[in-house]
Amino acid sequence: MSMTMKPTESGTAFLLTPVSESADKIFTLEQSDDEQRWIAESAATFVMREVLPKLEAVEHQEPGVMPSLVKKAGEQGLLMIDIPEQYGGAELGLLTSAIVASSIHEASFSVAFGAHTTIGTLPIVFYGTEEQKRKYLPKLATGEWIAAYALTEPGVGSDAMNLSTTARLSEDGKYYLLNGTKQWISNAGFADLMVVFARVDGQRPSAFIVETSWPGISTGAEERKMGIKGSSTRQVYFENTPVPVENLLGELHKGYKIAFNILNIGRLKLGAGAVGGARTALDLAAAYTTERKAFGKYLHEFGMIQKKLARMAAETYAAESEVFRTAANIENARRGAGENTEQVFKAIEEFAIEDSIAKVHGSEVLAYVVDEGVQIFGGYGYMQEYPIEKAYRDARIQRIFEGTNEINRLVAAGTLFRRVLGGKIDLMNRYPAIEARIKSGEALPAPGDEVPAELRTAVHAVERAKDVAIYAGMRVAMRYMQALENEEEFIEYLANLLIDIYASDSALARAIQAIRRGDENSALHSKLAQLATWLAHSRIRLNLDQMIMTYFEPETVSEELARVRAYVGDYLINGVALQRDIAAEVVAKKGYPLPHF
Amino acid sequence: MKIFVCVKQIPDPNTVESKLDPATKRLVRTGVSLVLDPGDETTIAAAIKLRDSLGNSELTAISMGPASAQEALRRALAMGVDRAILISDSALAGSDVLGTARTLAAALKRENPDLIFCSTESTDGYTGMVPGAIAEFLGLPQLTFAREINVEGTKAVIKRVTQTGYEVVESPLPAVVTIASGSFEAIYPTMKGIMSARKKPFSQLSLSDLGLDPSQVGEAGAREQVLSIGKAEARAAGQIIKDEGNAAEIIADFLQRHQLL
Ligand SMILES: Cc1cc2nc3c(=O)[nH]c(=O)nc-3n(C[C@H](O)[C@H](O)[C@H](O)COP(=O)(O)OP(=O)(O)OC[C@H]3O[C@@H](n4cnc5c(N)ncnc54)[C@H](O)[C@@H]3O)c2cc1C
Repeated sequence: MSMTMKPTESGTAFLLTPVSESADKIFTLEQSDDEQRWIAESAATFVMREVLPKLEAVEHQEPGVMPSLVKKAGEQGLLMIDIPEQYGGAELGLLTSAIVASSIHEASFSVAFGAHTTIGTLPIVFYGTEEQKRKYLPKLATGEWIAAYALTEPGVGSDAMNLSTTARLSEDGKYYLLNGTKQWISNAGFADLMVVFARVDGQRPSAFIVETSWPGISTGAEERKMGIKGSSTRQVYFENTPVPVENLLGELHKGYKIAFNILNIGRLKLGAGAVGGARTALDLAAAYTTERKAFGKYLHEFGMIQKKLARMAAETYAAESEVFRTAANIENARRGAGENTEQVFKAIEEFAIEDSIAKVHGSEVLAYVVDEGVQIFGGYGYMQEYPIEKAYRDARIQRIFEGTNEINRLVAAGTLFRRVLGGKIDLMNRYPAIEARIKSGEALPAPGDEVPAELRTAVHAVERAKDVAIYAGMRVAMRYMQALENEEEFIEYLANLLIDIYASDSALARAIQAIRRGDENSALHSKLAQLATWLAHSRIRLNLDQMIMTYFEPETVSEELARVRAYVGDYLINGVALQRDIAAEVVAKKGYPLPHF
Repeated sequence: MKIFVCVKQIPDPNTVESKLDPATKRLVRTGVSLVLDPGDETTIAAAIKLRDSLGNSELTAISMGPASAQEALRRALAMGVDRAILISDSALAGSDVLGTARTLAAALKRENPDLIFCSTESTDGYTGMVPGAIAEFLGLPQLTFAREINVEGTKAVIKRVTQTGYEVVESPLPAVVTIASGSFEAIYPTMKGIMSARKKPFSQLSLSDLGLDPSQVGEAGAREQVLSIGKAEARAAGQIIKDEGNAAEIIADFLQRHQLL
């Protein structure tokens, strides 16, 4: 079980550690134990047996259907995973709950489930007082009560900390009176409890546990959405709602801490859910290529379709590798931190970059997979009778909520800079050697026997990419210094580099691990990792080119471009042959070619 | 009532292509992923259903196998079985039907069971002989191919699957009952079941615990011998009917000739 997992990596280690070393440290899904597999199976079976048969009713938000599904999930124990044992939970930790998130393969239910278990419940788990935990967690663990999280307002979304909902202390000092409007609150239609953010005395926001049966609370009509139509999304109005002072959550004026820390976990779980969505969409598309014929051939016999299937599988593999690597690292750090909430969040914060990457990359891989999925279905993919049409619409929200992908790119790159400046990661000391090597035109030594032969060129390409990302990033940072804040486009380039590096690093480390272990699927792991690296490497070069052209001193651009291009070099393989091999496996398995758990 | 269900861990039929080892002429069981026999999962479902309808009953899963078979039993516990017994001993390796049944029967005997569930056959070996042999060793009646089972007083009453429907058969308790595959809806472990499985009683027995002599079981006690193995004949090529307006008729004729219609 996850309890016995060995200590793994520190935050951002991927940027400075050779892939072959990380391969011995990272958690991969292949290491999950029977209990985790069964839990994943029970979540997936729950969706199959309980949710999918009611899909029509869910999609049309027939009253009572979604809450009854959430409650039923509670009866089976699926809501207790993150809750400590003494409050009726199973306390299985973030890794198991990420595995479950990836197994819940219906998007509307997944949003209701996530709003309840993650952003609705975790603030109380981590910040609740003993009394608050005793009062609320057992009800949330069973699904007797359903939770929601109310931060966004009509006027603020990404900049939620500028919210204007207020909480004023009553004259007798017993209540805070809540006033304001919250917007797009998932589960609002049936939630029994909400974690609400509001300002006291015009100070920074505070958080409150609010029971929806209290006076002065009403909700707007259900929003008419593009996708996840079955999830409840409404405005929530507070009019002098009396919230007992003991329902202040965490410290006064420090709700921002709760918001940010819970979002870190939410992002990782969103990444996990996106990976599950991508696997399911690939399953649909792959099966279809074995049924539909054109020009007398099955779709999977066409090269362009094979390319799609292979890339969908490889990108999903990379996202899956990075999401579960991160989940296990956080879980380990959290266990290491013990009971102290501040320490726990320091441990979680340690992986803020990886969380944001998991969210951005996971949701963008999902977007790519569902888009190509529709394309593979052709005209049928555009028709509502076919589930890929729903998958396409449902996927779109993933790039918007839990911090838009723009905001998460800012978080990933911004956190990196803060860490470097704060001396938390050893980049400053590494930089001179990297700079000297790149400037001298010296090549980075290729990996040796420590890396399996078939992955050496791929690993070499990623190690070179890490060097140039550090080189280019530091050069620009030193040139702009404080003015960097105004250069969001640069931040985006840097975030893109981090994403592609973490994704290919994770994929390769997982494949190396599979080979070292003698895994029965090691050849497939190796191919998926190679293709993921091939695709990432060409994006890395593109981002570097554009970044250097724009952000290096104009007089040095030509020279630097040539230098960096020479250093980062090519990852020379026959990508088409690789794609065909992988496509054959996808077709044979009629879907994502590795176990889905 | 004390209800037992005999289960087995086998190579995962969904992912592993079963192979025979030409040297030992036995199924290859090492280096492949192993699972609780999916057929046994249905049998467990049947046993759980009966236990729950009877009330005041205990359901125990019992398995003979290597240490890894623990996992199959843990899954049975997660599905809702109350207790598990694993019989594991190096001397048991290479047991044939006789040795397997002798061992299971010896363990069952100590427990004074009221009812013993088995699957009709395992999904790997397919001999279908172990349940009958257990009944014989224990001197109990055996009811086979049950698609429904009830206990009425001191009798077990089953609906036994036949070619055309079913027959109702009864026997006094204790008895051995085999479950017809596909007769009960499979159940799956829920989160709660998985968590509670951690705390359920699990015992492991060796041959000496059962008072059996190594010469009676395993390779040493085997009476069965696989003489040779051969490849299945390739299936004859199908017939392709081109529709020239009368395809439906031809197919109907074909089906009728084979008494499928
Ligand atoms: C279906 C649904 C369910 C939701 N559920 C919940 C919920 O349960 N609880 C809750 O509190 N909220 C919820 N939300 C709100 C969601 O979190 C916000 O929509 C999200 O944070 C983005 O805010 P916004 O929509 O106001 O976009 P804006 O902040 O207005 O952003 C608009 C665009 O500008 C970009 N942008 C903003 N700032 C920057 C910047 N600094 N640099 C670059 N680009 C920038 C954004 O990335 C985006 O592309 C939900 C939303 C939806 C649609």
